[in-house]
Amino acid sequence: MQTTVQDCGRHGWQHVGVVPSGAMDCASLQLANALVGNSLDLAGLEITLRGPTLLFQCDTLLALAGAQFGARLNTGGHELPCPLNRPVLLHAGDRLSIDQPRHGFRAYLAIAGGIDVAPTLGSRCTYLAAAMGGFEGRALKKGDSLRLAGDAHDLAHVRFDQLAGDPTTAATQLHSVRWSVAPRSLPRDEPTAVRCVDGRHRHFFTPGALAAFEADSYRISPQSNRMGYRMLGARLERAQAGDILSEPTALGTVQVPADGLPIVLMADHQTTGGYAKIAEVATADIGRLAQLRPGQEVRFVRCTLAEARALAQAEHQALQVAIQAIRLKYNAPTAGH
Amino acid sequence: MGATTNRQKPPTLLALGDSAVLVEFADHLDLATNARIQVLAQAMRSRSMPWVRDVVPALASLAVHVDPVALGFTDPVEPVRLLLAQCLNDELALGRTGNLVHIPICYETEFGLDLDDISQRTGLSVEQVVQRHQHSEFMVLMVGFAPGHPYLGGLAPSLSVPRRSAPRVKMPCGAVAIANAQCVVYPFEIPGGWSVVGRTPLRVFDGNRRQPSLFEPGDQVRFERIDRGGFDELARKEGTE
Repeated sequence: MQTTVQDCGRHGWQHVGVVPSGAMDCASLQLANALVGNSLDLAGLEITLRGPTLLFQCDTLLALAGAQFGARLNTGGHELPCPLNRPVLLHAGDRLSIDQPRHGFRAYLAIAGGIDVAPTLGSRCTYLAAAMGGFEGRALKKGDSLRLAGDAHDLAHVRFDQLAGDPTTAATQLHSVRWSVAPRSLPRDEPTAVRCVDGRHRHFFTPGALAAFEADSYRISPQSNRMGYRMLGARLERAQAGDILSEPTALGTVQVPADGLPIVLMADHQTTGGYAKIAEVATADIGRLAQLRPGQEVRFVRCTLAEARALAQAEHQALQVAIQAIRLKYNAPTAGH
Repeated sequence: MGATTNRQKPPTLLALGDSAVLVEFADHLDLATNARIQVLAQAMRSRSMPWVRDVVPALASLAVHVDPVALGFTDPVEPVRLLLAQCLNDELALGRTGNLVHIPICYETEFGLDLDDISQRTGLSVEQVVQRHQHSEFMVLMVGFAPGHPYLGGLAPSLSVPRRSAPRVKMPCGAVAIANAQCVVYPFEIPGGWSVVGRTPLRVFDGNRRQPSLFEPGDQVRFERIDRGGFDELARKEGTE
């Protein structure tokens, strides 16, 4: 449906109305980068709902992480399934076809050396609403040609050689490794629990609205996008009417406009807004929410700030453990090579 | 800038989720408080603390977005309170005001889409509306809604008109529009419900410029009237035709 160039976001410009944007599920982009030996914040592709077919013009080391898409690799006249969550060496002329996710909503494709689009305000991520950054400020379309790092070919081989302690499986023509990492951020059950702390306008709502917000489940509306996830379900009534002076918002702010249906602000949200904030989604659960698609259900679960920070720390540590394990593979002594 | 009275009412710090802190100075908009917020936000940003990702001033509050990893996942409220206190001292020492920005504007009928309507609502002639807009002493209260989209305070009270009942689906790039006590400038073709008085040929936001936004929070803004010829010439230079 939509593929954009994303990195870990454009920070430091919200005072002039530029939101950080970046990968909706940043942990999965970081994991994909680690899998190809990149630093974690290099630009990759965010692939949503339906993937592109990519033709590679040089040898390339790549990895797909995040949602579990079906992917097929056409190499040397053979068509093979392309494994996820591990580095795969492609050769010039290979074609990668990514179709649809079996589980999750967004996959991240990282390439050794990253994608070489010009940075805008210090980041390569795409901010669609302002047509800024990424590839011409827009989603990719058929016929586009993306530049890789100048040394992508050499990096692919140098890094793949470093992995040779895990021998290639030449019998199947696939140049990859025998290990993979566990996907992160993929929702396990439905309705998916989305933990959130109290919003600063919580007391504006009726007790009935607060009870419904926490007890009922909400369905993600088809009108959701990178700016916000609109929720369908109980309409939340305000105990006190009146406008709110426009003020800053945050990633994960759950705001309630006049129609009473909550909207969760996502990566491309507006930096300020005048709607009542009933809750704020815990940072730890943003990536998981981003892996849900319209039609799926969530349940908002109240937690304390201390709990939310502890969750974020636990998520961060688990990601670091996975990344360290990958780095060890790159540094492993090469057996008989 | 009324520092003595302001010091009597310290701002309120509130969590804005687990990775940001909202600093609320007032529950209503007043221009002196807003000016103080702009100076503080600028001072907080210029300290380049490694854990501060963004300092976002708004009408009567500001937000500090933090990097939780850099703070070791501890509560960001106290570090923000400390940074704020340090910058309050800066503010007293500096007493800085924003840059003065001159914005060329063409009020001709083709661009001043709602001048007739404003004239009818206010009982002023079109020329009086233009004069009063041009001579209003504006300041940037907040940049938000879209990149580079300023909210300007200081509009002549006699020009106060409500928002239009039917918003336009696409405002022209550079359209200058008013509603209630404020004025905005549309950086992109985006929907808008404010009444258009004219248009600037300048590029309001350009991510590839060293200073991407024409308007920064706290800037003072003066509009300078240009005619159609002047508009075309500048639009050619800016590539906004």
